[in-house]
Amino acid sequence: MKTESSILTTHDLTVGYRNGSQQVALLKNLNLSLDKGKLVALLGQNGAGKSTLLRAMTCDERPLGGSIEVNGKNLLEMSQKERSRTLGLVSTERIQAGALTVTELVGLGRQPHTGFMGRLDSEDIEIVRQSMADAGIIGKAGEYIASLSDGERQKAMIARALAQETPIIILDEPTAFLDVASRIETMRLLQTLAHDRGKAVLLSSHDISQSLMLADELWLITTDRQVITGNTSQLVANGAMDRLFTNRSIHFNPTILDYSF
Amino acid sequence: MSHSRYVITTIVLAILLVLLALACLVFGSVDIPMRDIAGILTGKGCDNKAWEIIILQSRIPMIITAALAGAALSISGLLLQTTFNNPLAGPSILGVSSGAGLGVAIVILALGGSLGGLLGESVGSYIAVLVGALLGAGVVLAVLIAFSAIVRSNTMLLIIGILVSYLTSSVVQLLNSVASEEGVHNYVAWGFGNFSGVSISQMPLYAGIIFAALVASALMIKPLNAMLLGARYARNLGVNVTRSRNILLLITGVLTAVVTAFCGPIGFIGLAVPHIARLSLGTSNHSRLIPATILAGADIALLCALVSVTNPHGIIPINAITPIIGVPIILYIILNRRRIQYFN
Repeated sequence: MKTESSILTTHDLTVGYRNGSQQVALLKNLNLSLDKGKLVALLGQNGAGKSTLLRAMTCDERPLGGSIEVNGKNLLEMSQKERSRTLGLVSTERIQAGALTVTELVGLGRQPHTGFMGRLDSEDIEIVRQSMADAGIIGKAGEYIASLSDGERQKAMIARALAQETPIIILDEPTAFLDVASRIETMRLLQTLAHDRGKAVLLSSHDISQSLMLADELWLITTDRQVITGNTSQLVANGAMDRLFTNRSIHFNPTILDYSF
Repeated sequence: MSHSRYVITTIVLAILLVLLALACLVFGSVDIPMRDIAGILTGKGCDNKAWEIIILQSRIPMIITAALAGAALSISGLLLQTTFNNPLAGPSILGVSSGAGLGVAIVILALGGSLGGLLGESVGSYIAVLVGALLGAGVVLAVLIAFSAIVRSNTMLLIIGILVSYLTSSVVQLLNSVASEEGVHNYVAWGFGNFSGVSISQMPLYAGIIFAALVASALMIKPLNAMLLGARYARNLGVNVTRSRNILLLITGVLTAVVTAFCGPIGFIGLAVPHIARLSLGTSNHSRLIPATILAGADIALLCALVSVTNPHGIIPINAITPIIGVPIILYIILNRRRIQYFN
């Protein structure tokens, strides 16, 4: 699994949830590898464990077993500060930041690098500006988050993750509330960040066809709770896509890169 | 948000603070000529010793008490609103004030004195009352933390706060039933809210604790701003969310407990003032919100104090005035939430 360009690896990672003293494992003994410069889409049906896996990788939930390593260092044993410089997050959580400007929001991404009071120096301000430019939101730099469309808001959140300057960016359903045009634009942006900036980008999604068109690699959670990983076109060719959904009446159609019945 | 809007708003709030403080110095149940007030303040003295006592031992302590109480409650409200991600949170609506009040009642009863918030002049007794208020506020905050982990809904947390208030007031009533008639009277009077309860000798403790807690809140600007994005983002930005939340609630508890012990359970200021600050600044950025909230809180409390003492028929309780100022603001916010940036 592990390749030269891999930055994050999991070792016998088991994720799930704790119900009192009981542990319910959703995905067991995962040995995954995330590569620099690649856009990876995590796909699977609802309840398959996509969010649970991502929450473990972002250290929001302790895994039930195994470990996650970034450049050979155990992610769970890193200090919170070091982790915040390693791995950036974009999620669909509701935020109270409507009265912040885009610049202020993206500026929060500098927190892992700023001092006790969080003041931005000229270098931080330049990185914030560059991040907004890279995410294509610089035209709205002075606007309130509340005044943005859903797509623009997601770009601002991605710019915030860029300003964090982490080698890894993890996105939990980044396109969930977006219309088709914004979804494609967001995916394109993420692809550019991976290919041109060398970031390792992992996202979970329900958008099968867009993920297949733009992702370099797929992590597929199958109905029997295996995670199949590989190059997108190979997985499409070898029929792995048919192992994603329990519903027997739908089948994956490789010519349209989507499911039909 | 533009820098000039911040500077102008802050200056206006500061000028208002000075004007309201001067007004509180000049107006009151006794008419004292301006010239004599100036004489007393500049140390030249005044022929009428009673006036000197009124200015130096009544009006000036009241002004400092009110300004600090307003600032303290408003910062409590702001910290609660950000910590619980709930724009309608505040120390009184979440029951923190009533928890502190219950602590006060229990301590006074246990000390064998009359049940009431009228703090004795002996250092030991009012420190005991303060500790009681702190413990009471702390218990309520602990209950809120526990429930906020279980109920995810903001509205439910507010209802739990209101239930806690009912529960504490019923315990206080039960305590009252075994207290002396004078004690009950004192307790009821304390419940009206009043900014004249801090004597000169108590002032250093009162002002010192509030000042320290306000400074502590200003040191939390970085995690507070990260928490605007929710716990998950804050954690990802390197904030120790549990520790930050506990520190913030500790600051809130201290501020609310001190004000409640000395001035009674004062409603609405903590809930409404952070909104005044956000609306006038047009930002949720705490580095600007905290100074503006402190100033606006002091302004509103001084305004309440001014109204309370300028009634020719006697002093109006503070808690009769705060809802008149607070409720319209809250209603405005609820009715306009679609148009107000920080809700969206």
